[in-house]
Amino acid sequence: MASSSNISELQQNAKERLRIISGHLQKPANREQLRVSANECKAEAADRSLEKTGTIPKRRQDILKWNGWGYNDSKFTFNKKGQAEFTGKRYRLSGMVLPALREWFEKTFGASLEHKTPARSALDPSEVPPPILNEGFVQDLKGTAIPFSCEIEDRIFRAHGHCLHEVFALREGKFERVPDLVVWPNCHNDVQKIVELACKHNICVMPFGGGTSVSNAVECPSDEKRTILSLDTSQMNRILWIDEKNLTAHVEAGIVGQDLERLLNESGYCTGHEPDSMEFSTLGGWVATRASGMKKNIYGNIEDLVVHIRMVTPRGVIEKSCQGPRMSTGPDIYHFIMGSEGTLGVVTEVTIKIRPIPEYQKYGSVVFPNFDQGVACLREVAKQRCAPASIRLMDNEQFQFGHALKPQVSSIFTSFLDGLKKFYITKFKGFDPNQLCVATLLFEGDREKVLQHEKQVYDIAAKFGGLAAGEDNGQRGYMLTFVIAYLRDLGMDYYVIGESFETSVPWDRVLDLCSNVKERIIRECKEKGVQFPPLSTCRVTQTYDAGACVYFYFAFNYRGLSDPIHVYDQIEHAAREEILANGGSLSHHHGVGKLRKHWLQETISDVGLGMLRSVKEYVDPNNIFGNGNLL
Amino acid sequence: MGESPDIIKEEAAEILEEMAQSLQLGIIRFFAFTLSKAFKKLFQRVKVNEEGIQRLQQAIQEHPVVLLPSHRSYIDFLMMSYILYTYDLSLPVIASGMGKIVPLNVITYFADFLGMKIVGEMLRMSGAFFMRRSFGGDKLYWAVFSEYVKTMLRIGYAPVEFFLEGTRSRTCKSLTPKLGLLNIVTEPFFKGEVFDVSLVPISISYERVLEESLYAHELLGVPKPKETTSGLLKARKMLGDDFGSIHVYFGHPVSLRSLAQKKINRSNFNLVPRHIPRKPTEDIQAFVNNTGYRMVRLQQENMVVSPWVLIATILMQDLPGVDSEYLIEKTAWLRSLALLFGAFLDWPDHVPTSKVVASSVALHHNIVRNVNGRVVLIDEEKPNDNSSDDLVFKKAVTVLMCASYRNQIMHVFIRPALVAAAIHTVCNARKEEVFSYFNFLRELFANEFIFTPGNAVQDFEDGCYLLVKCDAVQILKQDFVVTETGQSTISFLVAMLRPFLEGYQVVCKYLSEEVIEGFTEMQYVPAVRIFAVKMIISGYWLFLFNIYPAVHRSTNMAMPLWGLFSKVAHNPTSKL
Repeated sequence: MASSSNISELQQNAKERLRIISGHLQKPANREQLRVSANECKAEAADRSLEKTGTIPKRRQDILKWNGWGYNDSKFTFNKKGQAEFTGKRYRLSGMVLPALREWFEKTFGASLEHKTPARSALDPSEVPPPILNEGFVQDLKGTAIPFSCEIEDRIFRAHGHCLHEVFALREGKFERVPDLVVWPNCHNDVQKIVELACKHNICVMPFGGGTSVSNAVECPSDEKRTILSLDTSQMNRILWIDEKNLTAHVEAGIVGQDLERLLNESGYCTGHEPDSMEFSTLGGWVATRASGMKKNIYGNIEDLVVHIRMVTPRGVIEKSCQGPRMSTGPDIYHFIMGSEGTLGVVTEVTIKIRPIPEYQKYGSVVFPNFDQGVACLREVAKQRCAPASIRLMDNEQFQFGHALKPQVSSIFTSFLDGLKKFYITKFKGFDPNQLCVATLLFEGDREKVLQHEKQVYDIAAKFGGLAAGEDNGQRGYMLTFVIAYLRDLGMDYYVIGESFETSVPWDRVLDLCSNVKERIIRECKEKGVQFPPLSTCRVTQTYDAGACVYFYFAFNYRGLSDPIHVYDQIEHAAREEILANGGSLSHHHGVGKLRKHWLQETISDVGLGMLRSVKEYVDPNNIFGNGNLL
Repeated sequence: MGESPDIIKEEAAEILEEMAQSLQLGIIRFFAFTLSKAFKKLFQRVKVNEEGIQRLQQAIQEHPVVLLPSHRSYIDFLMMSYILYTYDLSLPVIASGMGKIVPLNVITYFADFLGMKIVGEMLRMSGAFFMRRSFGGDKLYWAVFSEYVKTMLRIGYAPVEFFLEGTRSRTCKSLTPKLGLLNIVTEPFFKGEVFDVSLVPISISYERVLEESLYAHELLGVPKPKETTSGLLKARKMLGDDFGSIHVYFGHPVSLRSLAQKKINRSNFNLVPRHIPRKPTEDIQAFVNNTGYRMVRLQQENMVVSPWVLIATILMQDLPGVDSEYLIEKTAWLRSLALLFGAFLDWPDHVPTSKVVASSVALHHNIVRNVNGRVVLIDEEKPNDNSSDDLVFKKAVTVLMCASYRNQIMHVFIRPALVAAAIHTVCNARKEEVFSYFNFLRELFANEFIFTPGNAVQDFEDGCYLLVKCDAVQILKQDFVVTETGQSTISFLVAMLRPFLEGYQVVCKYLSEEVIEGFTEMQYVPAVRIFAVKMIISGYWLFLFNIYPAVHRSTNMAMPLWGLFSKVAHNPTSKL
């Protein structure tokens, strides 16, 4: 555990570590140091005047955009010279000029800086529907002294996730049903009280963690007539204890990924769970959606990491009585919770596995002559079970996209070196620049083992025509996933809308699925009257024994369309149909939410759906957790 | 069973060796040169719709392409390869499908035909197609063959070509589609191995079919002439003859994906590894069957009909001949009716009908002759025999040849003709009654003409629409009324169907009168033939000749006819 004497050293360690891990995260300056706290919840509750903050404050809008992705201070803009730059200080890319981005943007989408579609600058309160308040509930809630709010800004912030249509509606200032009340429980007991009151007064509770959903999961059902209470878990953000003997930590479910890693790092540990949204998504959210992290090859996905779950449901609290590492006690009840998407209750506390911070970390990249060869290599790596912490294969379009995000080079020498590299690969090795693709790698562990591992992987890659292409390319590849969401906001300023979606698929179908889905998108765009060729690109982001996870980016310029969101939805729907027709799954880690529930029945069979329904009926007969996800 | 994998592998490799061709461009060039010489000798012209070629070019760039030409002659696939070569498109891989042609015969035939044995070898080297043995029951061959075709599609090496009808149609009527190969080429799409497959219907129409007399003999049960020396001699003789023009129409590529949309759930293929062959499910079978019919219909739509076809149609109703004045007048009338019904007529511009008729008659001098102002069918000369059997035979050959040209326009008339027959037969002209009789006939002829399964209502509506369009019929509320002028049209259409109905009648008569116990197909076909000849000799003259196609054509024919027999027995509707 952290002792105050060496805290600065640990802090230094943590800083260094974070810089390496995500390549971009900087510790927010001027923030009160978060302390690992094993305080009893009750003690805290008695002293509420002392504001305790993680990264996410109660008034999220103070640091986060209310109508776009991420921090208020970080965004892409075109400066006076017409060059793209990224503002703020938080990311590695912050403050940098990206000279190639504009050309890529204009060429790929047929977009122009002349044609702008700016968002509304401020919220118009008159457009937000007035809250439906259950007076009895509000009175009882006041009695508990748990903080709550009916302010418009607070309610709007929790009315959406980050689906394209949600953000688009915010930018246009269109609101349908929004939560009526926001409440910030401080601990498990607070949640219990809230749920009891909700049951007593029959109101609808929607748990809200990071709000990074891309499945429509936090959108309020428009036909909900009861009071909708948004239960914001952000203040339940403490690590309650760390058990170094068993390498587990007991953590409140509202903690966001970056805080969890930072706090554990201070004690020399990490979870290794790093979903792309880890800056904002929460532990409870990961459990509720069956999340997957970038480094799952070493640390596992959320279902592998979780040891114990505590959830408050209308029937009471569900948890297991011991922390045995594996049990044969009938179907695992945690598997009813993982992926329940807030339909059964609120996850309040989770015991999660932790690992010592790895000694050494190294990025890498491999260029392949084409996507087919790249997939063949990843398959071989999976077969030999020697996948590094992360291995991702970007297709050619994404490779070019990555290049567009290269910052201005500081010296002639670097630019000369880049030119030389390019010459070597395209001219000397004969790779077609419009075919080649790149795999990005991240190795972790003992220094020696990492180097050994690295050699093994590069040897396999060589058999498939792969050429090592340096650490820098690898690191930039990972950075892309963190800034892509910011880039979408830039696109939306210039008539470009887009989204990502994912699937998992058996190895033998990976290539066919990728090419068919990309082609389907292009064809659908044409048929739906999209005037410009779309960006339709994919990457293989995870490898498993029996298959892989594939991630698609899809964006287009909507100038000339009267209802771009409707067109977009139709195309995404078609793309999902194509995925399913090609043997892909409904979702690898984004979840079902409301966006994909249309297909759940055919995915898990009638009986399967009936099983889930019967659980819901038992646990929550009055549909208190009525967010309408999944079923 | 029980053979070691090594032996099977070896066998498979042999089969593959036999199929796979080594492409040699020099040979192809030489071959194209020779063919063009031969074609120029035989035919006046070959007309190709160039916009169709452009569409094909586009389609080849986008998705794997399957070429589906109609099959009337051995020439068909040579013509296809020749045209694609001429237009600088990749040569198709020809999968010779079901049926009983042993393709090696094809080679010998043409080797003989052109008087050059090496041509066969050259065809192999042209890399344009692979051979197929007759593989009834040879599962290994089938497996290797289908994998070969699918691989061609997946890698998009070249368009795949095969004949939906399975074999050459001896009667010049379209045959019902055979589904084996269509199943193979649709599978890569269902399994997600390709994004889409373009099916391109191609209609090849011959003004004069090379094998016209050969087919007539075959239908009459005379074995094909030996293909060696006599064939060679015949071929020489043929090269001096004029076979008119050929029309090759490349239809619009049909996207398999759009056909299958909302009909086939491709995720049904998710649970079994894709390399494991599975029997197609019922919905897939139904879909492929439907697609087959649709494609044959598209072939029919673009078949070019020559003036001679109209003349043959008229002659078939007035055997053995008619006044040439009457013929000219009637041809002009039929021409306008056919155009109204949407036939794709190749009628020369600014030429009087009389001249068109005269030149058609001249081209088909082996079938008809103008004798003293009458156009009459000629009898084939067979000097040595004078038995009555033989007289019938002699007549039969020419009539069958003539009928085969009439058959080329049946697809245009069949729907209105069935409606006309129904109106003609049913006393009460109420729509439901007419429809139910129409439906009876349509089912009766399900193997005779091309009707898309499950499309009865649409077929009926189409027929009605055309009859109304040509003013033959008016529909008052729910009743049909034949107009005064329409009577002749109705009679003509009914007469067009008569030979087919009577052919079926003869078969029924045979089955009810002569058959005592079970029989094999080998016995059945000749027995019906003898029975029919007897009837003719005994003075029961009828347009019987069409029964030959009916009884000869399909091995499955006996079975529907049994069913048919019981149907007819219970429906005494022989008012015709």
